[in-house]
Amino acid sequence: MATKVLMPQLGESVTEGTISKWLVKVGDMVNKYDPLAEVSTDKVNAEVPSTVAGRVSEIVVAEGETVAIGTLILYIEETGTANGGEPPSSASQQPTAAGTKQESPPAAAPIAAAQPGVQAAPAPATQERGKPRYSPAVMQLAQQHGIDLSRVNGSGLGGRVTRKDVQAIIDAGGQQPVSTPTPTQAPEISAAAVSREAAPPTVSAAASTAEVSTAPGDQIIPVSSIRRTIANRMVQSKHEAPHAWTMVEVDVTKLVNFRNQAKDEFKRKEGLNLTFLPFFIKAVVESLKEYPMMNSTWAGDKIIVKKNINISIAVATEDALFVPVIKDADQKSILGIAKSVEDLATRSRAGKLTMDDMSGGTFTVNNTGSFGSVQSMPIINSPQAAILSVEAIVKRPVVIDDMIAIRSMVNLCLSLDHRVLDGLICGRFLQSVKQRLESIGPDTKLY
Amino acid sequence: MAVISYIDAITMAMREEMRRDSNVFVLGEDVGVRGGVFRATVGLIEEFGEARVIDTPLAESAIVGVGIGAAAYGMRPIAEIQFADFIMPAVNQIVSEAAKMRYRSNNDWDCPITIRAPYGGGVHGALYHSQSVEAMFTNVPGLKVVAPSTPYDAKGLLKAAIRDNDPVLFFEHKRCYRLIKGEVPETDYTVPIGKADVKREGSDITVISYGMTLHFCLQAAEKLAQEGISAHVLDLRTLYPLDKEAIAEAASKTGKVLIVHEDNKEGGVGGEVAAIIAEECLFDLDAPIKRLCGPDVPAMPYSPPMEKFFMLNPDKVYEAMKELAQF
Repeated sequence: MATKVLMPQLGESVTEGTISKWLVKVGDMVNKYDPLAEVSTDKVNAEVPSTVAGRVSEIVVAEGETVAIGTLILYIEETGTANGGEPPSSASQQPTAAGTKQESPPAAAPIAAAQPGVQAAPAPATQERGKPRYSPAVMQLAQQHGIDLSRVNGSGLGGRVTRKDVQAIIDAGGQQPVSTPTPTQAPEISAAAVSREAAPPTVSAAASTAEVSTAPGDQIIPVSSIRRTIANRMVQSKHEAPHAWTMVEVDVTKLVNFRNQAKDEFKRKEGLNLTFLPFFIKAVVESLKEYPMMNSTWAGDKIIVKKNINISIAVATEDALFVPVIKDADQKSILGIAKSVEDLATRSRAGKLTMDDMSGGTFTVNNTGSFGSVQSMPIINSPQAAILSVEAIVKRPVVIDDMIAIRSMVNLCLSLDHRVLDGLICGRFLQSVKQRLESIGPDTKLY
Repeated sequence: MAVISYIDAITMAMREEMRRDSNVFVLGEDVGVRGGVFRATVGLIEEFGEARVIDTPLAESAIVGVGIGAAAYGMRPIAEIQFADFIMPAVNQIVSEAAKMRYRSNNDWDCPITIRAPYGGGVHGALYHSQSVEAMFTNVPGLKVVAPSTPYDAKGLLKAAIRDNDPVLFFEHKRCYRLIKGEVPETDYTVPIGKADVKREGSDITVISYGMTLHFCLQAAEKLAQEGISAHVLDLRTLYPLDKEAIAEAASKTGKVLIVHEDNKEGGVGGEVAAIIAEECLFDLDAPIKRLCGPDVPAMPYSPPMEKFFMLNPDKVYEAMKELAQF
């Protein structure tokens, strides 16, 4: 068996040595510790002693050659001696080093302490496809270029979508549009999205119409992420729910008188204006308690009747439509509802709505009357079952007791999801709202 | 251009500056007659005499303190601390005197001292000849801390440090002394303090390092290149003040960052680099910022297998780089 003899380390910070002279040649017999060669380094000249007894079988490094510490310099064919070759002490090349932990017991504690620091960090938990986590770089690129990350296959660990994956899609020209409308991108209607510049994204095929040509003088407005989201939601709502529509006329003369009477003191005491909307919302909420089916959702194989009554109200700003929610409106008085409306409207316009403000609505009340409309056909706020528009209050001649009188009249227009509701229940619901509104008068409690 | 070792480049820098400016002198333990325990100052006392190459007593606070005094008087001392482990008695002089000289005198006095010290392990130096002490000084405004990794940078940075009118700590990795060789021009050139250097261009991961571990990163990068992974390697060169621009640019380039240094992890320079990247480049990051460092134990062991366990090496760096690239 041929033992390898390696270039030993002959001093601190010495990293290589030169064989200045071989003291043996192939075929020579040597005893253990006999000098084999003279080695020179820039710090010291020394001899390399043999580590075994035997016959020199092969000289690997020539005289005058400089090699790194630990390099093989010759082979010795061992003859007969009891102890096997101990490899020379070039510690940096020692392959058995890792196994010698048991040499010094006091060292065991430091190793245990050092272990956590030195071991490679445990592999990150594999991401389940359903709960992807995206790095900041991936999110930024996806938002800038309108990439739908749920459709990107990740090449990273555990299927992670990496920056390179997204960049590759961008370089290849972007994603292909889908045939169904993209699912609600609710997070984008957060306050941050309003102020963020969004490059024109790819529009889904269902949302885009046939090829539209532009003529000189036409103004091209890029679709912002808000506008795109509104578009997608409207399409989805109309596509999924068969809309039916009905309307009643309500005589709110007494309400108008009452409100005109009460508004100054209300303003003085509460610090906010008493508008008509809180009265309408209150009437709707009370009627919803009477007809809970109106406060429900179609869920495929079941209808879920919601217990909480969270009223979504539509707030229009210059370039967007927000639909914040008054939570638990049935637990609020007229004052409470008025305060909620004021708060949500203000924060909508300031772009400060939170995700919580925008979610959980069960029925929508739409104040179309504020822009003078007397009739409208609102689109249901999916996944709710119905939406009520309150039109403008207009003085009209009407017939009462076979006589003509001038009364303040308002139309209430209801769009309903005909999978869940039908005319009968909606009609009764509207009658209930009508009666409540027509009975508002000087005795109505605001608190 | 000659290929010389890291330590020869350091000797060359000192010799050239001493020839150029008679105010430059060297002081330290065994620097004169012995030529330095690592032979860094070999030949200097023969050329410049014992008035300019001074063997001091074994008193580091005096080595630096005397240097500060001479510097205030207009000289340019190169104070050698024989092993960085021994710098502790001089810390008060460095931090409270040298670093504050200009500030506290409202520019009336300055302190153009260069303090050289070999640091780092892997030479069976054990507890008191292997320490990495740079993190103790990389938060002292008024000081500059440099740690070159190549012979070219060593000569250029040492010359820049000597010419700098404010105190500079010049840390030399002792394992690099004779192991690392490179091309060094014989001309007069300096490397700017405060500027990092891209040692290898890449596009998949960014690796930031200094000292001996920088060479491990380069070796690992070579190996990874054969597997189709391209690593971008940034050599910090100056540890304080850090080159924030270069760090942010290198990190943003790939979005995946690994910081490697021999010093222990918690409280090391890597933490500051990671904080800079987190502050400047959050939205370009594709992976958490990783640090591969020495373990958080009090010292490097003497026992060879334990020293090997403690130290970083090209294989450990390779594994960490590969893991990051695959994330």
